[in-house]
Amino acid sequence: MTTQTTGFQGGAPPSALSGQRRGPAPAAPGRASRPGSAYVLPATLFFLAFAVVPVIGVFVLSFTSWQGLGDPTFIGLDNWRRLVSDPGVLAATGTTFLLTALSWATQTPLAIAVGVWAAGRQRNRAVLSTIYFLPLLLSSGAIAIAWRAIVDPNFGIAKYLGPFIGFPDGNIIGNPKSALYVIVFVLIWQFVPFHSLIYQAAARNIPAMLYDAATIDGATRWHAFWFVTLPQLKNTIITSSTIMIVGSLTYFETILLLTQGGPGDATVTLPYLMYQGAFNNYEMGFAATVAAVIVVLGTLVSLLIVRFSGFGRMRSTLEGL
Amino acid sequence: MTTPAHISRRSLLGLAGLGAGALTLGTAGCGSGGQGASNAAAGIDVWCLKDDVQNKIQQAAIDRFNATAKAKAKITAYDNDPYKQKLRIAMGSPQQPDVFFNWGGGSIRQYVQNDLLADLTPMLNGDPAFKAKFIPSVLDAGKIGDKYYGIPNRGMQPVIMFYSQQALDKAKVSAPPATWSELLSQVDRFKAAGITPFALAGSQAWTLLMWLEYLVDRIGGPAVFGGIAAGDRNGWRDPAITQALNAIIDLVKRGGFDSNFASVNYDGDVGAGTLFAQGKAAMHLMGSWEYTAQLDQHPAFVKDALRSAAFPAFEGGKGDAKAVVGNPTNYFSVTKRSRNVDSAKEFLKAMASDAYVDDWIANGDVPAITGLESKIAQSKDAQFGSFVYKMVQDASSFQLSWDQAIENKYAQPMLTNLQKVFLGQLDAKGFVDAMVALP
Repeated sequence: MTTQTTGFQGGAPPSALSGQRRGPAPAAPGRASRPGSAYVLPATLFFLAFAVVPVIGVFVLSFTSWQGLGDPTFIGLDNWRRLVSDPGVLAATGTTFLLTALSWATQTPLAIAVGVWAAGRQRNRAVLSTIYFLPLLLSSGAIAIAWRAIVDPNFGIAKYLGPFIGFPDGNIIGNPKSALYVIVFVLIWQFVPFHSLIYQAAARNIPAMLYDAATIDGATRWHAFWFVTLPQLKNTIITSSTIMIVGSLTYFETILLLTQGGPGDATVTLPYLMYQGAFNNYEMGFAATVAAVIVVLGTLVSLLIVRFSGFGRMRSTLEGL
Repeated sequence: MTTPAHISRRSLLGLAGLGAGALTLGTAGCGSGGQGASNAAAGIDVWCLKDDVQNKIQQAAIDRFNATAKAKAKITAYDNDPYKQKLRIAMGSPQQPDVFFNWGGGSIRQYVQNDLLADLTPMLNGDPAFKAKFIPSVLDAGKIGDKYYGIPNRGMQPVIMFYSQQALDKAKVSAPPATWSELLSQVDRFKAAGITPFALAGSQAWTLLMWLEYLVDRIGGPAVFGGIAAGDRNGWRDPAITQALNAIIDLVKRGGFDSNFASVNYDGDVGAGTLFAQGKAAMHLMGSWEYTAQLDQHPAFVKDALRSAAFPAFEGGKGDAKAVVGNPTNYFSVTKRSRNVDSAKEFLKAMASDAYVDDWIANGDVPAITGLESKIAQSKDAQFGSFVYKMVQDASSFQLSWDQAIENKYAQPMLTNLQKVFLGQLDAKGFVDAMVALP
């Protein structure tokens, strides 16, 4: 807790103390001139129009049967009953959670490692980082199509690489057991750069004196990483994880372009199930029901993350410095 | 206030349309348009797929029509994949095309059920000479119930057993299989010669469907699926379905396809067609468009080795070995809401005109028009064209591809379950049970 009695605001370097610098008296908290509620209005309206109202619409639609033509017919809870009894939904939910868990468990350590490494000021790191971050510039569509060619068992790299990783016929994307891992791999390739960038920025914000202090205390580089860098990245990890997890729960494009849910239904996730329901089967009502589940899941998961990580308390990792 | 069973679409869209994203785009701007008296100035908006070659022929027909017509026609073309969705959204709004390209069957059934299409039966019956120009089995495939809603507008696309003469020679196989047991014994011959018996783009489930379509047709005749398409889900319990699925499982086990078939693509020049053209596979069960695609990508292969045959007969099967499955053709349908229904119908008459038909033949297609034997025999793709033409003319039935014919909501589950059969994840009983159990 920063105390007001010391005469300087949190965040000012301690060295300022010796200079007895006195700034203008800070406004007491709560009386600071903050923007009035009118300032929030545009954002609120936007949020209402493009987030809240559509979500309500999805819930309404989930109680109807609608082919996209003519008028929707209210059918009560039929879609919801179908949702719980449909084995496809259960399988898709399992696949979604597996994809989410695998994405998070692989991308987070990689992104932290690359991000912290790229935070160094050495020139070679700057050059290599630029290359690492290249996938950021490519659209999901282009990435998926490129990977589709790479995993082709007859004309792609899978033909030559497959035998070394247990696929003598290069049948990686066509095997129900491995297809999901291809998706996970492509997602790593695609999204680690973005999260690395976040970690790079965060790692560069860690005050150098913490490392200096750790070095004086005899810390090795590993100690410094484990006891300084990681704790300092805590809020970034939470932010990045939330983006990753909620993003994975709703991720869709790569699956559409790479496997179309196949082989069989091995890579059908909830968002893909929703797409199929709406735009292949023209069952808008049932698709809306799946969409509603995704909304609930996504909201729940992000609330849980915020609740149990202490992120909601908005405590800075720089407190006390 | 009691809640009406039907909520107004507009008010619901106010809420839900935003959420459904794309739907909004199609409906947000509604309000204008709508039904009205004939209005020549509005013209005829003809929706079709983006295809440089085909649309040149289409445009030529439109130019000929516009030279004399009051209501001018114009093409609006969309890419293949988004076409169905764009059409769907437009059909749910007042901003509909006047004339649109479709695949008949399931691709227009719901539009008919929602009373959005003009009945073309009076037009055909009122002009017997016009009606007689179309091959009946193909014209009938455009029927929904007992009414016509589509006029054939493209070449016919039966599914053909393409084979490579070079591969047959190499494996010392004298002719493509005439019966299923012959096919099975040839599988061993080809494998012994180091050639994959059948190319299969198994990452695309519709390529698998062709096998089931033909087998069920040969074993049980067209009525088996006919009943299912008409809405009888218990039709899946027909023994012909089980027998056909077991034949497929047997063929997969015998190594009829590459072990990695489920990774193989169809599109592009690195798919099943290329494996076939490179001599790695001996045969390829595919729609007639495979010929044009090979002509484009591997012209030497077409000249030296590519040949066509009918799907083999099945011993003891009830079906006619001359029956055909595939896409009979594409159709133009007219929307009821069009302000120029009569002019639009007039435009459809051009689909049977000599100039239009000649353009298609010159392009290597085989239009669904009667009496073209000599014209096709003189075309540059005479051998293939005559084969297709005779195949369809001799066919006792021309069954529309199941994924197009069946109700939309069953198409995807059917494809997914069939893919599982090919992958060994489902047996015949599992497939049948899954299809009957669908909501």
